[in-house]
Amino acid sequence: MTAQAELRSPFRVSKRLAFTGLLLPAVGVITIFMIAPVAIVFVYSFLEPARYGGVVWNFSVEGYLQILFERDFVDGSLQFSADYLVILWRSVFQAAICTVLCLMISVPTAYFIATRSERTKPIWIFLITVPYWVNLLIRTIALLFILRDDGPLNKAIMMTGLTTSPLPLSYNNFAIGLGLVYSFLPFMVLPLYSAFERFDFRLLEAAYDLYASRRVAFFKIVLPVMRPGLIAGSLLVFIPSIGSYLAPDILGGGKTLMIGNLIGTQFQGAHNWPFGAALSMILLTVTLIVLIWMARRSARKNTGY
Amino acid sequence: MANARMKDIRAFSGFGSIAVAGVLFLYLPILFLCVYSFNDGRSVSQWSGFSFRWYITVFGNSGIKAAAMNSLTIATIAASVSTVLALGAAMATVNRRFKGETLAYATLTFPLMVPEIVTAVASLVFFVSLGVRLGFSTILIAHIVFCIPFAYLPIRARLEGMDATLNAAAADLYASPIRAFWRITLPLLAPGLMSGWLLAFIISLDDFIITALVAGPGSTTLPLHIYGMLRLGITPEVNAISTMMLVGSIVLLAIAGVLGRSSKNS
Amino acid sequence: MVIAAFRRNTALGSDEQVRVERSSGETAPAIQIAAEVTGLQKIYNPSTPQAFQALKDINLTIRSNEFFTLLGPSGCGKTTLLRILGGFEAMTEGTCRIFGQDVSLLPPEARPVNTVFQQYALFPHMTVRRNIAFGLEMLGRPKSEVASVVDRMLALVSMTDYADRKPDHLSGGQRQRVALARALAPQPKLLLLDEPLSALDLKLRQKMRLELKALQRETGITFIFVTHDQEEALAMSDRVAVLSDGRLQQVGTPEEIYEQPQSRFVADFIGESNLLCATVNRIDGALVEFRLAGLGSVNLNCSEILQVGQEVTLSIRPERIALSAVRGQCGLGPAVIFDRTYLGNAVEYHLRAGEQTLTVRSPRGGLRGLQDFAPGDSVFLAFEPNAPKVLTT
Repeated sequence: MTAQAELRSPFRVSKRLAFTGLLLPAVGVITIFMIAPVAIVFVYSFLEPARYGGVVWNFSVEGYLQILFERDFVDGSLQFSADYLVILWRSVFQAAICTVLCLMISVPTAYFIATRSERTKPIWIFLITVPYWVNLLIRTIALLFILRDDGPLNKAIMMTGLTTSPLPLSYNNFAIGLGLVYSFLPFMVLPLYSAFERFDFRLLEAAYDLYASRRVAFFKIVLPVMRPGLIAGSLLVFIPSIGSYLAPDILGGGKTLMIGNLIGTQFQGAHNWPFGAALSMILLTVTLIVLIWMARRSARKNTGY
Repeated sequence: MANARMKDIRAFSGFGSIAVAGVLFLYLPILFLCVYSFNDGRSVSQWSGFSFRWYITVFGNSGIKAAAMNSLTIATIAASVSTVLALGAAMATVNRRFKGETLAYATLTFPLMVPEIVTAVASLVFFVSLGVRLGFSTILIAHIVFCIPFAYLPIRARLEGMDATLNAAAADLYASPIRAFWRITLPLLAPGLMSGWLLAFIISLDDFIITALVAGPGSTTLPLHIYGMLRLGITPEVNAISTMMLVGSIVLLAIAGVLGRSSKNS
Repeated sequence: MVIAAFRRNTALGSDEQVRVERSSGETAPAIQIAAEVTGLQKIYNPSTPQAFQALKDINLTIRSNEFFTLLGPSGCGKTTLLRILGGFEAMTEGTCRIFGQDVSLLPPEARPVNTVFQQYALFPHMTVRRNIAFGLEMLGRPKSEVASVVDRMLALVSMTDYADRKPDHLSGGQRQRVALARALAPQPKLLLLDEPLSALDLKLRQKMRLELKALQRETGITFIFVTHDQEEALAMSDRVAVLSDGRLQQVGTPEEIYEQPQSRFVADFIGESNLLCATVNRIDGALVEFRLAGLGSVNLNCSEILQVGQEVTLSIRPERIALSAVRGQCGLGPAVIFDRTYLGNAVEYHLRAGEQTLTVRSPRGGLRGLQDFAPGDSVFLAFEPNAPKVLTT
C-alpha cells in the first residue's frame, strides 16, 4: 500500500499520479504548442527567407543585420539604414510616454480608490476592472470613433469656435499614444490600488505630526514607500505597449508602425520570415530580461526582511 | 465640531478629480460608441433618431452570425479544456515541494510572459512548418494554450487559500481521496473554477492578433470579422456588433465578480 | 475492507462497555489497551540538511476508556504524535496499534479513530447537520440510521437549534461542539483531540473543560487530548504524558506528575518549582542529609540510590515552604526577602540565599493569622520532609 507516501500531500495524491496525470497535460500542452514554437522562431531567425513565406535552410544572420543595414541591390554591400531603427525607437518612445502618462493618471486614481469607504470601493474597482477585460479591439474602435475628423470630439471642439477645420486627432502618433494609454491604463491602476491598500496610513499621521505639508508628505513618504508598486505597474504597462499591435494598426492608420506591426507584416504580406523571427526574438528577449529582473528584485525584497 | 470640518487626513486635493477624469476617459469612447449604435441614419456622425435597425441588420448578416458562432464555440471549448488542464496542474503543484517546481511554474505562466505578437508568429510558424492546415483547429489549440495561465492562477490561488486540514478531516471521517475531492475540494473550489473559466472564456473571445495569424483563409472569429468590416471605416453595423460584444463581456464579468465575492465570503 | 472491520454497532454509553477502575493497580485484568505505540521515531526530511527529529523513541500505552493527555510546550512533538495516531503523518520507524490492530500503514479513512482538529476544520459549505452526518455517510450507513445518530449527537452537544446553520454563522464555542459531535458521530473507539480548547476564551474554555470531561465519562470513549496548558491537563486527565523535545519525560496520573516529578523538566514545566542545587552530605539508611548552597543542611527521607558527594536537585513547590522569623526544627536559612507580591488569595515572596533565589507562596488569612514579611527581612524556611523531591536528572 502506498498510503504512507500519500499521507502528507495536501490532496493525498501519489507523487506519480500528480506528475503524470495532473501536471504533465498542462505542462505538455504549453511545451509543445508554445515553447517549441518559440524555439522554432529562434531557429528561423538564423535562416534565409524563401520567396513566398517560409524559410530556406541556410544559416544566415541577415535577419538581424537587416534591422540596422540595408543590402545594396547592385554590389551586395551593407549600408546603414535607420528605417527599422526608427520603428524600434518609436516603439520604445511611445511605450515610455504611455507609461509616464499612465503613472500620472494612475497614482492619484489608485490612491483615491484605496482611501474610499468599504462601501464605494467595490464600485470604483468594478469601474476600472471592466475596461481591463473588455475586448481590446472594440475599445480601440471606440477610441477611433470619437477621435475621427467628424467624430464627437472634433465636433465639440469646432462647436466652441476655436477652430473651423477638424483637428488631426486620429491616424498619427498622438492617436497611437493615446490609444496605448487607453488600452493599458487599467493594467496600472489595479496593481497600484492593491499596493496603496497595503499602505500604512499611520505613516502619514506621523509625517503631519512632524510638520510635513501635504505635498511633502506625498512626495517624501507615500511615493517612496510605494516605489516597488510603481515599478511593477510601470512594467505591466511598458511591456505590452512595446509589442502592441492593435492601437498602432487602427489608430495609426497603417502609416506609423511599431515593432508589433512590423513583425506581423513580415508574416502576412512581406514574406520575410527570418527578419520577422529576428525581430520577435529581440522583442521577446527584452521582455524576458525585464520580467526576470523584476522577479529577482521582488524575490530579493521578500528575503530581505 | 472643529473635527467634523477637518479634512480626512489621507485626502490629497485634486486626486478625486483625476480619478473621475480617468474613469470618464475609459468610459466616454465606449459610451459614445454604444449610443451611436442606436442611430437611425447611415452616417455615424450625424444623429438622426433612435432605432434598432442596425441590430436587426447585424442579426440578418450570416457572416457575422457564423463568426459569432465560431467565436463562442472556440471560447467555450478553449475555456473548458484549459480549466481542466489548469485544475490538474494546480492540484499537483499547490503546497507541494518538488524538484523542478520553479520550472513547472515558469512553464505554466510562460504564455503570459511572451508578447502576444510573438506568440502569434510562433504559433503560425509552428503549424505551417508541421504542415498543419490553418483553420478552426489551429485557432482552438492556440486559444487553449494562452488560456491555461488565466485559468491556472485563480484556481491555484483559491487552492492555496483552502484549509488543508479540511482534507485531513474528510479522511479522518472515512472519505477516500477521490470522495474527499468530490465532496470537499470541488464544492469549495467551484466559485474559483467558475471565475477561472469565465476569465479564460473572455480572454479567448477577446483575442485578435494570435487568431488573425493562425486562422488561415477559411475560418474567422468575431474580432476578425469586425476588423475586416473596419476596412470600410466605422459603420453603424460595427457600432452595433461592438456594443453587443461589450454588453456580453460586462455581463460575464459581473457574473465572475459575483462568484468571486461569494467565494471570498465563505 | 478495513472500514468494514469496524462498522460495529456499539451504541454510545452502552452498558456493555466495561468500566475500568481508574487509578487502581497497573495490571488490573479488565484493562484493555486502546492504543499502543512502540519504538516510534519521526524524522522530517530525513537525509537532508534540514533533517529534524520530531519524536525520539516513543513507547506509550493508552488504556481503554481513559482520558489521556499529551502535554508539553509548543514544538515538543505532541501534535505530531497525535497526527501519527490519526494517520495524517507517517512514522519513520516503529509501530502503532489501535485496539490490537496494526494501523501503522493505514490511511486516516481506514482507522477506527476520529479527530477534533485544533481549528475544528468544519466543512464551510455544509450545514451543521451535514457536517455531523459526513462520517456516517462515508461509512455507507443507511439514511435512517444517519438521521437518528445525527439527532442524538446534536442533542448531546446541545446544538439541535443550530442544525441548519453553516459553520460561519456559529460562535467559537458552538463550532467546537459541532466539531466534537462530528468526530463522535461515527462512534469511534478512540477520539483524538488536538488542542480543541485553545481557540476559545478563558471563561468558555473552563466551561468546555467540564463538558468534555463529562462527555468522556458518559460515552466511555478513550480520549487522547493534546494541550500545552498544564492546568487543563491536570484538571481533565486520568493520565498525562509529558513530552519535551520529542522525548517522553513522564507518564502518570495528574497527582503523580505534580507531586512526584521525575525530572527537572517536569518539575519546572508543571506548576512552579524551586529547583535547588544540593549535595549529598551523609547517607543513613533511608535518611539522607543534603547540603544546600547558602541555606544549610536538611535531612530528608529518600528512596533514590545516592552517593555521598553527589550533586542533585531538590524540587519544592512554592506553597510547600513556610517562612518564619526564627529558626525552627529543620529550619533552613536565613534568606533575605527582596520582593513581595500581593496576589489576592496569597502573598508571594522572592528570596535570595547565597546565589540561589526562591519563590515562596503563603496563603492569606486562614485560621492562624500568618505572619507577613516585608522586603529586606531575614527569614527561615521550613517544609515537611516529604515536600521536596530529589531529582538526579
